[in-house]
Amino acid sequence: MDDEIKYKNVKELPPMTVSTGLMLVNKTGSWRSLRPIIDEDKCISCMICWKYCPEACIDIVDDKPVINLDYCKGCAICAEECPKEAIEMLEEGK
Amino acid sequence: MRLTLPEQELMSSGHKGCQGCGGVMAMRYALKALGEDTIVVIPACCWTVLEGEFPYTSLRVPLLHTAFETAASASSGVRAALRVKGKDDVNVMAWAGDGGTFDIGMQALSGAVERNEDFIYVCYDNEGYMNTGIQRSSSTPYGAWTTTTPVDAFEKAHKKNMVDIMVSHDIPYAATASIAYPEDLIRKLNKAKSIEGAKFIHILAPCPSGWRCASNQTVKLARLAVETNVFPLYEVEHGKYTINRKPRKKPAKEYLSLQGRFRHISDEVAAEIQEQIDAGWEKLLKKEKDSME
Repeated sequence: MDDEIKYKNVKELPPMTVSTGLMLVNKTGSWRSLRPIIDEDKCISCMICWKYCPEACIDIVDDKPVINLDYCKGCAICAEECPKEAIEMLEEGK
Repeated sequence: MRLTLPEQELMSSGHKGCQGCGGVMAMRYALKALGEDTIVVIPACCWTVLEGEFPYTSLRVPLLHTAFETAASASSGVRAALRVKGKDDVNVMAWAGDGGTFDIGMQALSGAVERNEDFIYVCYDNEGYMNTGIQRSSSTPYGAWTTTTPVDAFEKAHKKNMVDIMVSHDIPYAATASIAYPEDLIRKLNKAKSIEGAKFIHILAPCPSGWRCASNQTVKLARLAVETNVFPLYEVEHGKYTINRKPRKKPAKEYLSLQGRFRHISDEVAAEIQEQIDAGWEKLLKKEKDSME
């Protein structure tokens, strides 16, 4: 699915105010004060972090979780739920 | 790698939910279950705000914003319009918070369920009016602090049992679900999708800002709510109760002590809460037993 909703001409527009784009423009990564770091040696690809991420910002790349830091708000649910404690939360700016 | 949930992501990143928001997780799972052919109807609630400002949206499915009390009636209208257009394979999901369900949207919901409109009504319950500044609702549990029930006059009323109210409308399907058990949540929404008529799903969605807990405790709290029997997982099909999870009961104190909104309660009040939870659980077991016969 396209991330932008497009209309070919005026007739296609519904008779009400419509949204035309996704909130992906809102880079919520700037909210973060703690940065999650995945230890790849400890990760067993159980994808529990992906499952519980409220931002839906953990991508699956080659069967491994990769956190998209553009959107991660640093809530640390992934670090809390990780069964192998493979995710560490580091303070931003350090 | 084995994923236990559908991979398709119909909720985009960049939404304005607080860090560790339970309501956002509930929406993510619900859309994973219902798929692209869904129209979401949202009255005033947290989701009105965190969904994004015009002209942006964080859902990849159509979404209709409505007034606070009209989630169920607007959904009825959407369903009627779909019927006129001959589109019967589209799911209509009303998505309201506990304020819009337990208090303000109650009469519209009661009417729509009584007419047995074909829609899914989901209440994501964060136990208060969190988005306007943590005021109490009729879903706020006994003993809790909110800005309108301060510490020296903490919440004295009990949480309404919304599923029972729905069951007394002879609703075809009603269930409770928790964000800590997304597989169970998705199974319930899939089941709701396959049943014709009104469906009601009550999801407990912990709120770090309103419950005064750390943002990483959301899932843990939702899980503890089930394990301590504060929020049992069960479903009701045509009046027949089935309890989905009968946990080895943990003391309610484990659940209460993680939340700042219960920090003021004395041992007596904690004991009282425990008694209420035990009584509620016994009642639910009895309902299950009675409806089996």
